[in-house]
Amino acid sequence: MAENKNARPAGPGGPGGGPKGGYRKPKNMRGTLGKLMRYLGRYRAHLAVVVVLLAISSACTVGGSYLIKPLINDYILPGDFPGLVRMLCVMAAVYVTGALCSFGYARIMVHVSQNTVARIREDLFAHMQKLPLKYFDTHTHGELMSRYTNDIETVSEALNNSFASLISCSLNFLGTIAMMIVLSPTLSLITFVMLAVMLCVVKVIGSRSRRYFAAQQRAVGEVNGYIEEMIEGQKVIKVFNHERAAKEGFYGLNEAYRQAGTRAQIYSGMMMPAMGNLSYINYAITCCVGGLLAIRSGDLGGLAAFLQYTRQVSQPITQISQQVNTILSAVAGAERVFEVMETQPETDAGKVTLTRVTESRDGRLAEASYDTGAWAWKKPDGELVPLRGDVRFDHVVFGYDDRKIILHDISLFAKPGQKIAFVGSTGAGKTTITSLINRFYEIQSGAITYDGIDVRDIEKDSLRRSLGVVLQDTHLFTGTVADNIRYGRLDATDEEVEAAAKLAGADTFIRHLPKGYQTVLSGDGGNLSQGERQLLNIARAACANPPVLILDEATSSIDTRTEKIIERGMDRLMAGRTVFVIAHRLSTVRNAKAIMVLEQGEIIERGDHDDLIEQHGRYYQLYTGQAELA
Amino acid sequence: MMKKLWPHMRPYAGWIALGVACSALEAVFELLIPLVMSDIVDIGIAGGDQGYILQKGGLMVVMAMVSLCFGIGGAVCSSVAGQGFGANLRRAEYDHIQEYAFSNIEKFSTASLVTRLTNDVNNMQMSLMMGMRLLVRSPVMLVSALVLSVRISRQLSNVFLVALPLLIVVVAVILTRVSPLFRTLQEKTDALNLVVQEDLAGIRVVKSFVREEHEEQKFAKRNRDLKGTSERAFGTVVINMPIMMLIVYGTIIAVMWFGGKMVYAGTLEAGKLITYFTYITQIMMSLMMVSMIFMMLTRSVACARRIVEVLEETPAITDGAAETDVDENGVRTPAAVKDGSIDFDHVSFKYDPASPEWILRDVDLHIRSGQTVGILGGTGSAKTTLVSLIPRLYEADEGTVSVGGRPVQAYTMEHLRDAVSVVLQKNTLFSGTIRENLLWGDPDATEEELWAACRAACADEFLERMPDGLDTDLGQGGVNVSGGQKQRLCIARAILKKPRVLILDDSTSAVDTATDAKIRSAFANELKDTTKIIIAQRVTSVCEADLILVMDGGRIAAQGTHEELMKNCDIYREVYQSQQEGVSIGG
Repeated sequence: MAENKNARPAGPGGPGGGPKGGYRKPKNMRGTLGKLMRYLGRYRAHLAVVVVLLAISSACTVGGSYLIKPLINDYILPGDFPGLVRMLCVMAAVYVTGALCSFGYARIMVHVSQNTVARIREDLFAHMQKLPLKYFDTHTHGELMSRYTNDIETVSEALNNSFASLISCSLNFLGTIAMMIVLSPTLSLITFVMLAVMLCVVKVIGSRSRRYFAAQQRAVGEVNGYIEEMIEGQKVIKVFNHERAAKEGFYGLNEAYRQAGTRAQIYSGMMMPAMGNLSYINYAITCCVGGLLAIRSGDLGGLAAFLQYTRQVSQPITQISQQVNTILSAVAGAERVFEVMETQPETDAGKVTLTRVTESRDGRLAEASYDTGAWAWKKPDGELVPLRGDVRFDHVVFGYDDRKIILHDISLFAKPGQKIAFVGSTGAGKTTITSLINRFYEIQSGAITYDGIDVRDIEKDSLRRSLGVVLQDTHLFTGTVADNIRYGRLDATDEEVEAAAKLAGADTFIRHLPKGYQTVLSGDGGNLSQGERQLLNIARAACANPPVLILDEATSSIDTRTEKIIERGMDRLMAGRTVFVIAHRLSTVRNAKAIMVLEQGEIIERGDHDDLIEQHGRYYQLYTGQAELA
Repeated sequence: MMKKLWPHMRPYAGWIALGVACSALEAVFELLIPLVMSDIVDIGIAGGDQGYILQKGGLMVVMAMVSLCFGIGGAVCSSVAGQGFGANLRRAEYDHIQEYAFSNIEKFSTASLVTRLTNDVNNMQMSLMMGMRLLVRSPVMLVSALVLSVRISRQLSNVFLVALPLLIVVVAVILTRVSPLFRTLQEKTDALNLVVQEDLAGIRVVKSFVREEHEEQKFAKRNRDLKGTSERAFGTVVINMPIMMLIVYGTIIAVMWFGGKMVYAGTLEAGKLITYFTYITQIMMSLMMVSMIFMMLTRSVACARRIVEVLEETPAITDGAAETDVDENGVRTPAAVKDGSIDFDHVSFKYDPASPEWILRDVDLHIRSGQTVGILGGTGSAKTTLVSLIPRLYEADEGTVSVGGRPVQAYTMEHLRDAVSVVLQKNTLFSGTIRENLLWGDPDATEEELWAACRAACADEFLERMPDGLDTDLGQGGVNVSGGQKQRLCIARAILKKPRVLILDDSTSAVDTATDAKIRSAFANELKDTTKIIIAQRVTSVCEADLILVMDGGRIAAQGTHEELMKNCDIYREVYQSQQEGVSIGG
């Protein structure tokens, strides 16, 4: 019966046909359960033990009550004292076994569920690392976070409690029914009729309550959404004297929630007394009929035991009906988790790898296992190509979405050691171009080559390891300052970390921090200024010491003095490397070897500073402040 | 704490009383049923009296029906009271937050305020609902079952003298061991979530530096920690149930042993023993419920405390000292802002009263009505702080800030802020249409006025290109417009207030220089009488101003016109040259 109740709500939904709004029900119950089972499969032996222990514990609960019959009939009433002692010992043994078994299965279940959940979490995180950036662009952080905080949590809860209690309730129920039939088939009929009534009640109240709950859920969502938006914008509300209007909007939603909530709670609150008292009515009728029968048979102990079962039989129904919601939301949660885990990861079919090499006097390369300072590409056939930093775009076409092309027919080349600057207004496609070099996104057509090798043939990790990136929005991790710099190269020594910081010009401010390089940064380095974070970012790239650099200069408001320091750090970092820079500063642009002026995904002007000024085109406008350089 | 919460419960006092009565009566009736049963056994069956059995059986059914009615009554009352209390509490909290000054909001942080308004209140209303039913039901059950069993046999009830204290001790021991474990569990969960959060925020960094494996290792370590702790915590929790079961079963066996002897000795009827047996289960079940409720309530107490904190916070800025004007007819009206003149008289300010350092030190500043004032300065030089004092978003600690010739405290906040319009650095548009957002500035604005404001803020050009124009839906947080467009809409909204003073706090940073210049010239032409204060990073944004302030470390380092500052102020010259360098060579 448990299974029936479980499967019912999933049936009509079918794949993709879930109801709109309110509860998120699982779309594909069977498939998701199958995947969950695969995780649980590792603990097949554990689960087998759990089922056995559950069965014993249920048998003990049911059997313990059955023992009351001989206890009263055979020993207490006749006054058989030694027999009573014996019987009580048997009962004690049964009870202790029951308790031990139920502790046993609960403890094993904790182990199984926590390990399973930990494994799901780990797999989810590992898979998330492999997802393409496109996925992170189209899903909010909050959404992905809730896979960990809500969805996996509900799975854990269900595994912890519902799984075992579903089995034990079913077993208890079946056992109780069996014992009742053994004790008195006639009296059992009464119980069956009453159970049918109870099921109807559960169905009627349950379906009502589910409907009202969905309405309540919607109302809660609206109130919470409103609260969030208003509190976020509280300062603007104050500045505009908008408190009164903000209150009025809230009152309406608050009242709607109160009404929906009251209705939903009344129905769900009715379930317990209804079931409890129906069970009492059953008890009363059984008592009455049983009493009449007992006058004839004199089986008082049998009646006592039967009455005990009558009280027990409705409990599993109530419990299962309470568990159904937990289980449904757990399956829905698991489904969302699996959805992420089944998303196509980044394609990485490249075979060319990055390797350290030594160069003999005649220019022949040989692979080395230690840090030689020289790198080469190793093709699958064993051929070594020196890493020089020659990057070319050949008629590249790209759009984040196949239908909307962002970059049209981009061709450019960067010779080793050159500095290429991109300028253009916001949305012209500058950041997009740099994201293509390290293959954050896949291009639609054309080709990008790196030292003559198509980037798609290079193993992704190798490709990215050869490129250093300083992003516009700085990001720091919880940990010490040194840890954050070392993020660029995990095996960097303390001296190398300091050298990188000095190169970036970050050394001075780091030494002024309370614990220098060992100062712990928390909350994305919230205690540092924007400029200081930018310096750490540069130091991190310096620590990685890559042959090719991609720089996205910061646009955010940094005061002039800090900007000077950052500028110097950037310049030192760029020396002697191939650099792609998204420029926001005029000085950066001016000393670039080639400047690409982008407009709506096309390179409209190219050349060095003097050429472009001559042309009196878009660059000239940007440069003279007639248009914004951003 | 109760004193603060009770007023919000009081409107539902009747429902609460009724609900409590229902729950109590339901429990009593449920307990009387087994008592009737024992009569059936001892009198009906023993005497072979069929009529008696049917009569008593009927009585039992009726009692169950009555109990059902009380049960449903309890459900209705507790739902009405619980949800009503929740709604009142949420409303009171929300209303109170509307009175908060900026400093109050910052003290709590917005995320925390949202939790206190949503989760915490929901938890409170749930607690009242559950409390009204279980907290009444279980003790009533417990006490009545105890009374009834003592009435059946005082001697047999001695068993409870051992069983009850034992049960209480066991539950107490487990609870005290579990609660620190759960605290650690929360910490471990937070630690794990932090890794995920940072990884998501920095996914580009992670991928650029090929640190996926490193992140996985970090995650795996925290995940193992979390797993270990949760296994220990839940492993301890599961001991609870079997131990309770053992105690209950032990009691049953003891009762059977002593009771059996009494039946044998003829001092107790067999039916009474069966009834007694039912009560034991009842008593023990109630005790388990009580221990569960305690677990739940410990969480609620924390929630209640957090809510009361919000309710008890005194708004830092009030209208207490507002003055009134008397016109020639003797009618008193609240003081109105006459013009846009601004005076700072030796003003000092700090956000944290305990901090030894001033954020703003001894600022003396006089702005005439209608002037355009530019403010320049590095990060942390207190530019934003300075202008925040004008609409009294914060209160100066020393000295006086005056607007229109009167100290800001003389006006009600409503009048002051109507007259002083600020475009905040971190500004928000709300979900709804662009029109709805603009109407915040002036609810009665006509179509022409709206477009005029948009033209002044250079928002008309992109609005005209939008298919729905002013009725374009912004989505939550204004996601459907770009940064520069958002800034221009915020400026238009501020202009619509027709303020005496208009403050732009770095509000055109995402707007290109040409548009920036257009907005400034629109200000000069159309807002002649309005005092305009512009905080900017670019010298070009402020160099035409009547007065330029250069801020440095919480002081006004220099003030004057562009020409004066170029002559006298090193900082200004340095900034100007570094920003103009390119242009002069290129142009």
